Amino acid sequence: MTVGDIVSATHVPDEGPLAVGPEAARKIEGRSPWQLAFERLRRDRAAAISLVIIILIILMAVIAPVFAHLTGHGVFEQFRDTGLSVDGLPRSPRSAFLFGTDDQGRDVLVRVAYGARVSLIVGVLATALTVSIGTVIGLAAGYLGKLVDTVLARLIDVMLSLPFLLFAISLASVFQPSLTIVIVVLGIFSWSSVARIVRGQVLSIREREYVEAARAMGAGPWRIMFIDILPNVLAPIIVYTTLLIPVSIVGEATLSYLGVGVQPPTADWGQMIAEAATYYSVAPWFLIFPSLALLITTLAFNIFGDGVRDAFDPRSDRQMG
Amino acid sequence: MSINADASKSDGDVLLRVDNLVKHFPVQSTSLFSRNKDVVHAVDGVSLEVRRGETLGLVGETGCGKSTLARCIMRLHDITSGRVEFEGRDITRLSTGQMRPFRRDMQMIFQDPYGSLNPRRRVGSIIGDPFSIHGLADGKERKRRVQEVMELVGLNPEHFNRFPAEFSGGQRQRIGVARALALRPKLIVCDEPVSALDVSIQAQIINLLADLQDELGLTYIFIAHDLSVVRHVSDRVAVMYLGKVGELGEVEGVYQHARHPYTNALLSAVPVPDPATASDRHQIILVGDVPSPIAPPSGCRFHPRCPKARDTCVREEPDLVPRLGDPPTHVAACHFPVADGEDLADSKPEIGADKRIVEEGLVGNV
Repeated sequence: MTVGDIVSATHVPDEGPLAVGPEAARKIEGRSPWQLAFERLRRDRAAAISLVIIILIILMAVIAPVFAHLTGHGVFEQFRDTGLSVDGLPRSPRSAFLFGTDDQGRDVLVRVAYGARVSLIVGVLATALTVSIGTVIGLAAGYLGKLVDTVLARLIDVMLSLPFLLFAISLASVFQPSLTIVIVVLGIFSWSSVARIVRGQVLSIREREYVEAARAMGAGPWRIMFIDILPNVLAPIIVYTTLLIPVSIVGEATLSYLGVGVQPPTADWGQMIAEAATYYSVAPWFLIFPSLALLITTLAFNIFGDGVRDAFDPRSDRQMG
Repeated sequence: MSINADASKSDGDVLLRVDNLVKHFPVQSTSLFSRNKDVVHAVDGVSLEVRRGETLGLVGETGCGKSTLARCIMRLHDITSGRVEFEGRDITRLSTGQMRPFRRDMQMIFQDPYGSLNPRRRVGSIIGDPFSIHGLADGKERKRRVQEVMELVGLNPEHFNRFPAEFSGGQRQRIGVARALALRPKLIVCDEPVSALDVSIQAQIINLLADLQDELGLTYIFIAHDLSVVRHVSDRVAVMYLGKVGELGEVEGVYQHARHPYTNALLSAVPVPDPATASDRHQIILVGDVPSPIAPPSGCRFHPRCPKARDTCVREEPDLVPRLGDPPTHVAACHFPVADGEDLADSKPEIGADKRIVEEGLVGNV
């Protein structure tokens, strides 16, 4: 509705049949609500900067082997002679090791670059899983109603009341900890909030006349849910998705920090932070660089998510402070 | 089609028959533990017939159940009891899938040209929906047929890639008409199709509907609360009050010889364009609001507001039969029908004050 209002406000309505010829049609260019949202997003400078940062991080993850190649340091390679001091402690940043080394004498720079891969893969896949499950369940609960809604709404409540970390730790330790388990665990524990948002939106949309019109035309429930209703709840879903990616990244880092996520020797930020915790006084770089990477990534996604939200909901309050 | 073959067998030219249709909505109780089983009697025993090619007007004030009746006929609501027949076939209890073939023959135009079009979809795909739902045309063929319908309702076929928000109210309603018309249905239920439009645009849409009826031989159920519009478009008219039909007949019969006091009150409320005649005529002013459909009044539902109410009206429900020598096509549900030339403004109800609605609202145990 919000975006639609803007469209109707910016276009002068023309009355009567055939009032507008092809020439006029070209002048008043029809822009879809999506195009308008992208237009607003492009004007948002903070979002643009964070998007650039996100692209750089993605690039870093993609070209991580190039880092390894240029430095000559493999991601799992331990340099016990050059990478560790005589006491066996990590070495500070220097020309050979730009970000210093870790407790095993490995290059922190290369490992941070590789760690971005895990974070992004988990962030994207876990979010995709979360949003897919949440959207389908929210649509079904909201549109089908009655018994389906009662059951699903209670299920959502139950899922929301489960303590995430406790269950995540026990689930991850019951099964062999792995990347897949981390993604599944994050997906299973966060769909309920998406489902609740979608359900709420669907409840208001299903009473609209255009949904009745679709039923009057003979459309079945699946068609109505995915063709008539879904496009109208897509805006909050997209906003929530961009805000969910950093949450998933932090969730993955947390699980890996606790040792139930990605297992060594795979380079992972959360796990690096955990290892560095013991050495933070003697080797602060070991802690600082992966933490900084995590901070910048989540911050960039969050600011970008805010921009997306503003773009899709122009009426939300943008004045801060 | 099998439906058409069946139609010739069905009696006469009745396209749609509604028999004693009842729709009750349960009202949810506010508290968690009390099982409060109130129901709204939205439609309470309506029987109608709609003949092929005619326009049946349906009038009544807000909340009288006109729209609910329309949605029950279209099977958008489940029907509590009664029967709906389309071309002699019972469609009362059909499932969504079983209803689908019938939806090609019965369509609906909605009241709100803003709410009835999906804001996220382009006009071409909205009007093309009926084709894709019924699997009748794809791709280029669908586009061609959509543009054909757009032209038919006076829209520029070039605009088929636009969004509903880029059209004005009148044009949007044309889109709604085009969508309803796409499959060339036999019956179109028009649920207040012009109420949300500007008066000048109303005329355009009404004329469009009339032209389409001539051209395509459509049958309309036309719901409105504007009596002049209904008189203009309808062949027959049904007046509804609190979920029941109060009067039903040929449009001129009902408008010239209104038997039900409620019909008279409605007609007297129609604005008269000439100020001289306007000041001369007697307007019947009904007091109070329509009583709650959760607890409808006993006997004749109109008795708490009726200027001619008697004790009989409180006790007995009047039948819908011809009154005062009217032809059998003109029926009214009133114990004391209004004679031609009778002035209702002089009538005084003869029932206890506790059973009447007075200015302040509802009094007594109704």
